[in-house]
Amino acid sequence: MAPIGGPGSLFEFEAVESEPVAEFSSGAPTRRRRIRWWRLVVLVLAGVYFLIPIYAGLKFSFENVAGHLSDQAFRDLPSAPGFTAALTLSLKLALATVVISTVLMVPTSIYVHVRVPQLRRLLDVVTVLPIVIPPIVLIVGVLGAFPQWAKASPYLLSFMYVILAMPFVYRSLDAGLGAIDLKTLAEASRSLGGNWFKTLWRVILPNIRPALLSATVLTLALVFGEYTMASLDLWTTIPVWIVQFNTSSNGHIQVAASMLGLVGTWILLVLVVSLDRSQSRRSRRKLGA
Amino acid sequence: MTQMKVTPMTNSMVQPTAGVGAAVSLENLVRTFGAVRALDGLTLKIEPGEFMALLGPSGCGKTTVLRVLAGFELLDSGRVVVDGVDLRDVSARKRDMGMVFQSYSLFPNMNALNNVAFGLRMRKQSSSVRRKKAVELLEMVGLADQAAKYPHQMSGGQQQRVALARALAIEPRVLLLDEPLSALDAIVRAELRDQIRLLQQRLAITTVFVTHDQEEVLSMADRVCVMSRGHIEQVAPPSELYARPVTAFVAQFVGISSRVPVDVSNGEVVVFGQRCPVRSGEGSTLTGGVDALLRPEDIAIEVDAEGKGFVTRKSFFGAMTRVVVQTGDISVRVDVRSDVGSDIDLGTHVRLSIVARDVLVASRQEVVVPDAAATP
Repeated sequence: MAPIGGPGSLFEFEAVESEPVAEFSSGAPTRRRRIRWWRLVVLVLAGVYFLIPIYAGLKFSFENVAGHLSDQAFRDLPSAPGFTAALTLSLKLALATVVISTVLMVPTSIYVHVRVPQLRRLLDVVTVLPIVIPPIVLIVGVLGAFPQWAKASPYLLSFMYVILAMPFVYRSLDAGLGAIDLKTLAEASRSLGGNWFKTLWRVILPNIRPALLSATVLTLALVFGEYTMASLDLWTTIPVWIVQFNTSSNGHIQVAASMLGLVGTWILLVLVVSLDRSQSRRSRRKLGA
Repeated sequence: MTQMKVTPMTNSMVQPTAGVGAAVSLENLVRTFGAVRALDGLTLKIEPGEFMALLGPSGCGKTTVLRVLAGFELLDSGRVVVDGVDLRDVSARKRDMGMVFQSYSLFPNMNALNNVAFGLRMRKQSSSVRRKKAVELLEMVGLADQAAKYPHQMSGGQQQRVALARALAIEPRVLLLDEPLSALDAIVRAELRDQIRLLQQRLAITTVFVTHDQEEVLSMADRVCVMSRGHIEQVAPPSELYARPVTAFVAQFVGISSRVPVDVSNGEVVVFGQRCPVRSGEGSTLTGGVDALLRPEDIAIEVDAEGKGFVTRKSFFGAMTRVVVQTGDISVRVDVRSDVGSDIDLGTHVRLSIVARDVLVASRQEVVVPDAAATP
């Protein structure tokens, strides 16, 4: 008896791609061109809206006090008083925020999706609150309520940043979890002997990796841009340093720092996405249980 | 785990081995969802190695039974016993039940080989053992050459075969199939249906198969459990279920039945002017006005210009043609050989007679099964 579904059996039928069909009738190309034209306009307008401020910032940061093209601001930046300390603090806070946010939000989101999906709407509303409530209200409340020992640590800010990042993190995770058949995958894993940790580690997390990366990048961007809370809590993060730094450079160094932050976030984003892609390719090439 | 052994499936060596599967006993299962009683005191025994199909309309509770067996649903009361062990306190991951889901459920981040090996990995088998077994199982389902492919690179039929291999890899005590064929096209469905049945017989795994497709049930199962509103209507082998339905619901849900109003008198009814005994079963105690439930093949048709019925519709099914005859207010479906059916034109007057030895009766309009009613 031949193996069931072996070569040549009906199991080998594959979906056959049909021949390309002409997309438009004689009158259609005009419509197609018009759509493309409008798309181009929208693209250009959006690009101008976003790129002009960046261009202005870059131009300013590459000028010296006399208004001539120069990279002096970037060369002066590392030795600027307080810059390294501010950068280090921001990096530490960013790392702590990402870790806390992930540990808190990933299991919560998965639990809600699998066990109590009826709570998703409530969570939608709750996670929007940090956008509605101004950060100054949050930090004033926290500073008034927390004991001195907690306020003495900069990591109190990380907990606050977790709240601020929650709308973005939750939505990223929610979209990622909604894109897979989470309940069935979890049940399949459990029926095969997987406990919840192994199901999470081997099945769920790898399948929401893009969502996790997206949440991470958004969190990092938020931490590197947040000013109000850090300033009121009297910690000099990069945004606070930019505002407080006062030299005779007429703002060139501060703008250079802002540009570096922007470019740094982009590089991070590209790195994270590239890492994800190369890892996916590697795992796909890898054969073996 | 049981002693059942999934051995390398070279084609000639595997013979059906009866009685090594687990015995399953579902005892008085009750499960409610809000006001809905999904399982209403359901009791069912499944023999070791048996292929039991749960058949019923949407919402009848068949999937709930499967999920209770798998450990994904908790019971309000009742118990599930497998090989004499009450599974009340056994979590889903320790029940050793392989499950194939309707929606494929392969892990998208793993290739076919790693999907099949997943259960073995959870059981801490060595890498070499995992790989060897996974390759064997993929060979068994004819997908050894697809081992490196990811789910999104495979067709639906291929994915479901990998899912089947994955479920079998853990040497399950019970194989649970939750409408595994419903998302597939007709050709692949028919092939996979045969494959599942063949594997089940080879490995003698006790199997519970949930479906609403009668054709699948009648062609695959050792026994069929027809369910309605959380309880069992009838449990019987497919042939008996079709030929000797004991309730009106089964008669209408399994196969095609026409309802013809008749009067019961002394255990007999008169249908199309012909006296017939009432079949023993649920309706045998009824008296007075009832409905006779007639299979299309229980009725003979004869062209007769004086006949009270006339043909309103014909449906060609290859060797057989289904003829719909209007007689008074009643529409009756009759199956005839297609060479005979081709000679009967629409509007032709015909005479009907009963060829069955007895007739199933039910209270008038006791059951309405929309799917069956809509069938030509």
